[in-house]
Amino acid sequence: MTSRRKSLNSGNPGAALVAAEAAFTRGLYAVAIFVVVLLTAILVTLLIGSRESLGTIGLGFLYGKTWDPVSSEFGALPFLVGTLLTSFLALGISLPFSIAIAVFLGEYFREGALSSFLRSAIDLLAGIPSVIYGFWGLFVLVPLVRSLQLKLGVPPFGVGILTSSLVLSIMIVPYSAALGREVIQLVPSDLKEAALSMGATRSEVIWKVVLPYARSGIFAGVLLSLGRALGETMAVTMVIGNSNFLPRGIFSPANTMASLIANEFAEATEPLYVSSLVEIGLLLFIVTTLVNIIGRQIIKRTAVEV
Amino acid sequence: MESEVLKVEKFGAYFGDTQILKYINLSIPENMVTAIMGPSGCGKTTLIRCVNRMHELITGARVEGRILLCGEDVYKTNPILVRRKVGMVFQKPNPFPTMSIYDNVIAGYKLNGIRLGRGELDRIVEESLQRAALWDEVKDSVHRKGTFLSGGQQQRLCIARALAMNPEVLLLDEPTSALDPKATSRIEELIIELKEYVTIVLVTHNIAQAARVSDLTAFLYLGELVEFGPSEKLFTVPEDKRTEEYLTGKFG
Ligand SMILES: Nc1ncnc2c1ncn2[C@@H]1O[C@H](COP(=O)(O)OP(=O)(O)OP(=O)(O)O)[C@@H](O)[C@H]1O
Ligand SMILES: [Mg+2]
Repeated sequence: MTSRRKSLNSGNPGAALVAAEAAFTRGLYAVAIFVVVLLTAILVTLLIGSRESLGTIGLGFLYGKTWDPVSSEFGALPFLVGTLLTSFLALGISLPFSIAIAVFLGEYFREGALSSFLRSAIDLLAGIPSVIYGFWGLFVLVPLVRSLQLKLGVPPFGVGILTSSLVLSIMIVPYSAALGREVIQLVPSDLKEAALSMGATRSEVIWKVVLPYARSGIFAGVLLSLGRALGETMAVTMVIGNSNFLPRGIFSPANTMASLIANEFAEATEPLYVSSLVEIGLLLFIVTTLVNIIGRQIIKRTAVEV
Repeated sequence: MESEVLKVEKFGAYFGDTQILKYINLSIPENMVTAIMGPSGCGKTTLIRCVNRMHELITGARVEGRILLCGEDVYKTNPILVRRKVGMVFQKPNPFPTMSIYDNVIAGYKLNGIRLGRGELDRIVEESLQRAALWDEVKDSVHRKGTFLSGGQQQRLCIARALAMNPEVLLLDEPTSALDPKATSRIEELIIELKEYVTIVLVTHNIAQAARVSDLTAFLYLGELVEFGPSEKLFTVPEDKRTEEYLTGKFG
């Protein structure tokens, strides 16, 4: 049979194959670079758009408490505070729920009808358009918060920071719950067995072995949720009260950066007004980027080395 | 026989409808090393997992008969209390990667929510690491994560973690199968030293290892206890033909 063995080079696809491979690699590079270009382009657009306000108002924009287009006074502080307050409050409210769901699905009910039903329900939650959340907040949460405010004796606005945070917290649960479930499922079973064999109960195993092991993944989910909350526009606009003053507390009506832009961009005509709104956009861009960078550092630090 | 720590009586174990262990009777005396041998799948792991009631954590698993630990039926005792009195070391070293060496050793206390003073904990950590022959190697880094340790050191850390709870019995399930020969002989020496403090049940595939470290050997075959007795005798003049065949490598 030796005589029938073909030479290694016979039917050499050679040049064509190499060229196709190179083209494929080039294509991948192009797409990757395009993403970076896009990101830079957005940043540059924001910078150019806010040139006027950057030049006229300068750093005062960051700590200015007054937003009054009529007298051309533009300060971003109320919206910066409003955005951070609603987002972090929402995160605080949603975290216990998303961790509980993640543990439930990742540890107790990994499969079966109940598990797949709950998983699809959570996925659906992520798919609901935010305007629907806004409606629901307006019709259900606003009256609830108002009656709470009446009981507490604070002005019964109904709309405000707390209401927005509640709506946001529901909207962001799916993100952290889904990621949390995945990382909890990845916790090695021999660690859980070791803990059980020392007399730990199931809940002790969860608190002391599973959650510490999964913490960096859980945090990644939290970061994803936070990003979503910081940028959410529609649902927040509908229930926050759109008040352009520095919020006095969690019951007070306020406004966020995203919501302010959505509300006022159409009516802004004066160049400085428009430019200030673009600068608000720039600020939002910077805040989300910072949150991401800091978050990534924390994820790296908390990751379990094995 | 001297005072027996562990007594297995007419014991059977199942996964669903499949019977894995059949009518096992065993008496394991104090401060001795008992080796459990037998071909793969014969139920060695299952047997020791029945001692600390880990078997029942698998859905569909059940048992019949009795296992007495220091005269008390473990199946009539809260499994958590049983597991605190029975240490277990697994095939693959599995220290907790999120905890320091120190915290790994006292993990049994932390996991069970038992609070002890700093001095007491320091003493337990040092003593357990001494007994596991790891103290000299890690005494300057007990507050570091255990993940930088070698496989053999990690396994000794797991042994220290089990010893820290002061168990009556230490169950070792092929503790050296993931280790190199040097680390293996280190663990074997350790097993012999540990007899002084604790009764040891060692599952092993390695006939030479069983001969080196064990006082008694039990030979399991297809879920049945074929032969049980002093290792010397079992390895030299086995009574049962199946034991002899196993020892001469006819199956296994
Ligand atoms: N989770 C399980 N579900 C069903 N059957 C199982 C399960 N675990 C083990 N078995 C079966 O039980 C029998 C005994 O398994 P066991 O792990 O006790 O064997 P072993 O003697 O420890 O084997 P090895 O030497 O390979 O570790 C095997 O036939 C195995 O297929
Ligand atoms: Mg086994």
